[in-house]
Amino acid sequence: MDYGLIIQILDSTLRLATPLLLACLAGMFSERAGVFDIGLEGKMLAAAFLSAAVAAATGSVWLGLLAGIAASLALALLHGVASITFRGDQLISGVAINFLAAGLTVIVGQAWFSLGGRTPPLSGEGRFSEIEWPLAGIINDIPVAGPIYADIISGHTILVYVALLAVPLSWFVLFRTRYGLRLRAVGENPGAVDTAGISVTRLRYGAVLICGLLCGLAGAYLATGLAAGFVKEMTAGRGFIALAALIFAKWRPWHALGACLLFGFLDASAPFLENKDVLGVTIVPQFIQALPYMLTVFILAGFIGRADPPRAGGAAYVKER
Amino acid sequence: MSLMRTLLGAAATVTLGATATLADPAIIFDLGGKFDKSFNESAYTGAERWKEETGGNYLEIELQSDAQREQALRAFAGRGANPVVMAGFSFASALTEVAPDYPDTKFVIIDMVVDAPNVTSVVFNEHEGSYLVGMAAAMESETGTVGFIGGMDIPLISRFACGYAQGAKAANADATVVQNMTGSTPAAWNDPVKGGELTKAQISQGADVVFAAAGGTGIGVLQTAADEGILSIGVDSNQNFMHPGQVLTSMTKRVDNAVYNAFSAGEDVAPGFNVMGLNNDGVGYAVDEFNASVLSADTIAALEEAKAAIIAGDIAVHDFMSDSTCPM
Repeated sequence: MDYGLIIQILDSTLRLATPLLLACLAGMFSERAGVFDIGLEGKMLAAAFLSAAVAAATGSVWLGLLAGIAASLALALLHGVASITFRGDQLISGVAINFLAAGLTVIVGQAWFSLGGRTPPLSGEGRFSEIEWPLAGIINDIPVAGPIYADIISGHTILVYVALLAVPLSWFVLFRTRYGLRLRAVGENPGAVDTAGISVTRLRYGAVLICGLLCGLAGAYLATGLAAGFVKEMTAGRGFIALAALIFAKWRPWHALGACLLFGFLDASAPFLENKDVLGVTIVPQFIQALPYMLTVFILAGFIGRADPPRAGGAAYVKER
Repeated sequence: MSLMRTLLGAAATVTLGATATLADPAIIFDLGGKFDKSFNESAYTGAERWKEETGGNYLEIELQSDAQREQALRAFAGRGANPVVMAGFSFASALTEVAPDYPDTKFVIIDMVVDAPNVTSVVFNEHEGSYLVGMAAAMESETGTVGFIGGMDIPLISRFACGYAQGAKAANADATVVQNMTGSTPAAWNDPVKGGELTKAQISQGADVVFAAAGGTGIGVLQTAADEGILSIGVDSNQNFMHPGQVLTSMTKRVDNAVYNAFSAGEDVAPGFNVMGLNNDGVGYAVDEFNASVLSADTIAALEEAKAAIIAGDIAVHDFMSDSTCPM
């Protein structure tokens, strides 16, 4: 395997890891506050659809991005109302959101564009363009280090850099601010937070909305950054891979970055490894596709350290009467 | 939403009941809907062409959910529609149930085989069409490397891949064919992001023409190919228009002809197998104003020659589905 190919795989890794990372951080905020969310997939899908639809209708990718975030926030709010205010089952609410998004995107898309649930292809200002970093053309000529800068670091859309910056930001918010301490506390022991006179409901709503914002970015990146338009079900299970990454990362921001890059790398290297002989063993594509889930199962089974979810996760908080 | 679907479905059934007359043909579109720019739209085009040419009338319904398949079949057959045409392999199990109950009604299923005395099964020789576009790819390639991106890893798609590889090797014995499948679950049909990444991966392996047989995933393949300045090949319906001058050609599957033929034959449509191949324009490659600048006259001449040879039986294109292996 030559050097150029490795650069190509790492470049692709970063692109494929970005939606996972955004969704994974989204899930982290929500679950750290004690609200499990398997509706990441649905929120991403809704955001992907509305961002592409609005970008196609207005010709502006930025308006598309805002619309995508709005769609994701609306579903996040729905999840909040169902599981925080009405104390419904968080898993069921999440599943419902996935179904709702899968159905609504196609029906609204068909009514709007009559393209079988697709949006028209985006071009020009309707898509996020790749940002060329300064001097990328010149530095590219430097052997070994040049392509790392010019191909891997430079030349991505802005949302990739936003996702990467979101990692230290999430770490700072969760572990270095008072808000973060309270948010984590509400996921571990909401009773204690309540006793201190802080509203559990408000904190959880805040976390769910942050989750919606990040999912919106993830969905918009899929439809307007990577692809050029919406296709039904285009998230293709990435919301669930992000959940697996979240468990793999043990609900920590930097670990999440590592997990998403690993899963992205597996996805990016798959086309080069499929049906090739490695050490006398033929690698079947299904094995690589299943690896993220297998690794997650290993983690959950306790083979590689322990993965303890936030203790109050999954349960609605009932204030004592 | 499910309530809404039920209401819409019920409303559709009522309308169809009101307008039905005896022995009009009927068509049932699959979930993609008749304006999907692909399979169902092609079926719709065929039905419309029949209507325009004969002035006849036909019944139609777009399915809203899987549960309506049997209901729609029974509704049409019960109203006396004949023949009842259904677009898509997903109807197989519903049709197997319904067909024996309406022995006087002829059913036509496209893309699938159902064995019953009153059912016509229309299948396509995708490997023949793929062979031709494989030749085109190898002839127009400058690097000598061509790519294939399939959707879900199923025998039908391997049939495309195998025909394509045979064609490419026939045109250029030294050609390298890079093949990837998008995945092994139905999600692989609708993942343009993965399609784009696979295209980039194939480009880095030297491919400069990529054939996508991958449904919605193919949209990402064609898009990335256009962005990166290489050629792509569309599938099922003519997709040349999607990126004018950057789509080499499209491997067309003439679902419209299948519907048109069935409607034209009316109640006399012959039960059994109906194989749509190069000989009866069931499959082919698309030439129009959008790819005139990229598909050279020499290539077209070579393709026509190969097409005639395949029809005459001088070139045998191996069908992957006959023995689940590919000689390439």
